[in-house]
Parts: sequence; C-alpha cells; structure tokens
Amino acid sequence: MRIVHVDQIIETVAKLCWEACYYLPEDVLAGFRRAEKTEASPIGKTILQQLLENAEEAKVNHMPYCHDTGMAVVFVEVGQDVHITGGNFLDSIQEGVRTGYREGYLRKSVVGDPLIRVNTGDNTPAVVHTEIVPGDQIKFTVLPKGGGSENMSAMKFLLPGEGMQGVKNFVLQTIKEAGGKACPPVVVGVGIGGSFDKVTSLAKHAVLREIGVHHHEPHIAQLEKELLEEINNTGIGPQGLGGTSTALWVPIETYACHITALPVAVNIQCHAARKKTAVL
Amino acid sequence: MAEYRLKTPLTDEDIQMLQIGDQVLLTGTIYMARDAAHKRMVDLLESGQSLPVNLRGEVIFYAGPCPPKPGQIIGPVAPTTAYRMDPYAPAMYEYGVKGTIGKGPRREMVKEACKQYGAISFAAVGGLSTILSRRVTDVEVVAYEDLGPEAIRRLEVEDFPLLVAYDAHGQDLYEQEIAKYENYNKNANKGVGI
Repeated sequence: MRIVHVDQIIETVAKLCWEACYYLPEDVLAGFRRAEKTEASPIGKTILQQLLENAEEAKVNHMPYCHDTGMAVVFVEVGQDVHITGGNFLDSIQEGVRTGYREGYLRKSVVGDPLIRVNTGDNTPAVVHTEIVPGDQIKFTVLPKGGGSENMSAMKFLLPGEGMQGVKNFVLQTIKEAGGKACPPVVVGVGIGGSFDKVTSLAKHAVLREIGVHHHEPHIAQLEKELLEEINNTGIGPQGLGGTSTALWVPIETYACHITALPVAVNIQCHAARKKTAVL
Repeated sequence: MAEYRLKTPLTDEDIQMLQIGDQVLLTGTIYMARDAAHKRMVDLLESGQSLPVNLRGEVIFYAGPCPPKPGQIIGPVAPTTAYRMDPYAPAMYEYGVKGTIGKGPRREMVKEACKQYGAISFAAVGGLSTILSRRVTDVEVVAYEDLGPEAIRRLEVEDFPLLVAYDAHGQDLYEQEIAKYENYNKNANKGVGI
C-alpha cells in the first residue's frame, strides 16, 4: 500500500490545469502543420498558420492558447493499493482546479446553477471521472473543455440494423450542423455502444487519444479513416470559412451493448485540443 | 476581397463599401458583450428602457477575456460563437449597433437584419486569443461587473484583424466559401487527412 497526501493531489491537478491551457500538445501541433500543408482554401491556410503562431506565442509567454479555458474535466485512475490521507479525495481535486485556475490566470467559466446562472468565480466544480485500477499510483488527466464545441456535441440511439452506415450518417450530420460554430479544425470523438451514459463517456474518452493513433480493431480503424475523409469533404474548413481541413482526427471508442440498441455519441473538440496527464 | 484599415465609429459609407471576404484592420473603441449581457440589454430594450452604455453606432465584440497577468492590459481574448447571440442581434442592430464581431455562421435573421439596418457581422478567428489580446491597448469594465468575464467592457483596439462575414447587402461568406470546397478532394481524386 502506498500513501498519498491530498496536498500532492492539489498541487498536481493545479499544475495540470494551467499547463494544459498554455501548452498545446505536440500531436495537435503536428496535426495543424499537416493540415496547413494540404489545405486548399487560402483563407483556411492563413487561419492554420495563425493558429500555429498563436500556439507558439502562448507557449513562449506562458499564456492560455485560447481564452475559453473551459470547464475542467478531470479523469482520475486510482490504483487500488493507494491510501489517500489528509482530507477528502474529491475535495482535493476541486481544490486543485480552484488553485490552478486562480494561479494560472485562467478564465472562470462556470455557473453554479444551470438556470439561475451565477458564476462560481473559481471555475469549480470540475467534472470528475474516477476509475479504480490495479497498482499503487494515481493518474490524472485534465481536459479543459471549451463551451463552443461541447455545445455542438450530440447523442442518438440508432436501430441496430442501421449499422456502420447509420453511424457515419449521424456523425456527418452532427459535424455539418456544427459547422464553424465548433471552432474547426476539430477532433471528432465518437462513442459507439454501451448505454445512454456510457456512450457519451466513450466519446469523451476518445478525444483523449493521441492524434495519429487508430483504434486497434481493423474495422473501427477503417471507419475512422473513412469518416475523416468524408468530414474533410464537407467543405466546412478551418473556422467554417471553407476548406479541406475540417477535422484533424476521428478517434472512435466502442463498448458492448444491448441487443436492441446501437447508441452513438459525438463529442466535438475544438482546435484548442488541450489535454495533460501526470502520474503520482 | 479588399483590405481596409478602418476606424470606429464606422460610417454608413464604410458599411456600404464593405463586401463579404474583405479583410479589415479595425482601430478605435469597441465594446465587449456576450450571452448574459445581451439577455439583460435586450430585456431593457423590449421594456423601452435605456441601456447602461450607449451602443448606438458602436461595434460589439462577442467575447469574454481571461484575467490579465500582472503587467498585462488584458488576458487572452478571441470571439465566442456568434450564433448564441443571434436571437438578440436583430434588436441590437435595430437599436443602432453597426457591427458585431464573433465566430462561426449565423442564422438568416442576422443576415436579414444586417441588410435591413445597414450593419456588418464580422468574423475573427476563434481561439486566436494570445495574438488578438496584443491588439488591445486599453480596457475598462463599463457595466454589469457582477457578470465577471461576461461584463460589458470598453476596449481600445489597434489594427484588430477581421473578416466581413455578413455584409449590408445580404451576402454570406460562410455559405459562399463552404460551397467552393465541398467534395474538393473527392473531385480532385486524391486522398485527404493525414
């Protein structure tokens, strides 16, 4: 058994919040560079160049790449041999987010009650997904999720017989409806299978996968390739101002499901595809 | 697709001259307001009351910045998604707002309002926040301070880079440009993506 004090959790989560917002991951930057080379629209090409410049400036000056520093989504994998001391585990994650957003000069974009809508002032509460796994470590991943792209995400129960084509149609329809509103070039996280709650979680987890890495199942990898091609043929382009770079990647995650069901969820991630992981 | 350097307030001649796709470097005073501030302002307009800030003839930037670090004028800032302000935009243009700055396509009602009232809906690049913040030379909260990042702010900007997305002649840049690239790679018979 390994002992971890909550102060270590607070410090780790706080650092992940601002690091994620300041430094865009290398796989995303590589995606921008590839898109910039192939983009057919002059407006689109200029936008991709500007995004690369913006990322460089953010990195050099230690500033948020995008002003929408999101609602913090925190994925935690807790080793079953870890014992947490010094306080409440979930409270320590919220305190980490509170500290990170304050000390990192990140925008506070959370309202406490969805209908009364008063800003909580410290960007808490975060959305926390906790999983118990083997081992004696804790793995934290912070995904600061911007509102514009999250708003364009969608979920649907297809008929089982609609199969592969049904999934493609729904993903394409969701992307077309989102258009420039989701801040493309986007990463299109897709969940297929599971239940009502599981499928959206799959789509969200898919967004965390590194750009350039396909699903291990050949038929899903093939679907990812075909969807990427079809999404980039919609013409939407960077910022929805036309072009051939609408999506950087289409990661798909799947799960078993009921004999009656074929749930599909699409979680759209804007070009500020931020994610940062640390292990304690 | 021409390039212009313009100063606020925009004149009616400026507005009639601008066409979709034109690039504008805007200098002068603009006002920042987004979702919550628009809801309050349109409620006031509908009940015949005056706004907390006179926005007649002005340009509204749909945005909410990050807090500034010590020594900075403003934190990173770029436009938010414009379509969420669509339900409020016709009332604001009717009131006298001459331009709005946002990102992403808008609904027919906004296209119509720009034509009817002689106004522009500009696009700036969403998420270009570090770069755009350097074009802001001054900022002051002028109303609804309780809204935090959603408060109304008066900004002084210099050469703020914009594209004309919807002009006063009823044209739509998004529609025009997307049509050019639909099935572009399929037609060119080559692969896409990475």
